[in-house]
Amino acid sequence: MDTFYYILGGILLLALVIAAFRFFQGPTAPDRIVALDAMSIILTAGLAMLALVFHRFIYIDVALIYAILGFMGIVSIARWMEKGI
Amino acid sequence: MNIMTIIGMLLTSLGALFLLLGAIGIVRMPDMYTRMQAGTKATTLGAMSFILGIGFMEPAWLIKTILIVVFIALSNPISSHALARAAHRSGIFPLSRENIDLYKKDNQEDKS
Repeated sequence: MDTFYYILGGILLLALVIAAFRFFQGPTAPDRIVALDAMSIILTAGLAMLALVFHRFIYIDVALIYAILGFMGIVSIARWMEKGI
Repeated sequence: MNIMTIIGMLLTSLGALFLLLGAIGIVRMPDMYTRMQAGTKATTLGAMSFILGIGFMEPAWLIKTILIVVFIALSNPISSHALARAAHRSGIFPLSRENIDLYKKDNQEDKS
């Protein structure tokens, strides 16, 4: 079972690094925001996996709050790019 | 190892695979809109499957994980739609060989 957790964590970390490559390299601002959106989704899944590994129920709440804050951040950045705050 | 744990392991493996494919698609696609196509649909399915699989592996947490899954299914298309509209209005147009841009055409018809 520990091997399964290590493989899952490795896949999530690899996905995070690949998305971060587009975040640092992307030519325009919306490319970076798309990469940031994908990174926040991957981090939500990673927080839920941490709750499973450490057997703490409270980390599920952390994942829910992180999903809500990521959604609010992406929508506010999109509104700012459209016509300014 | 009972049947719920096996279903959970299958769902988390599928979710991690889709998250990895979405991240690869963000790097490999040529255009901002195709990057968004890879980076929001694939990661939405991946995160939903992953978190539902965690709920199957620990059956006492199933209700709250279903809550997170429903929230992701509702919120992620809204954010990607707002982002695509903002990108189109801030002057980034899709690369296509035939110059098809139906959103721009509809807006010009609305103005006239």
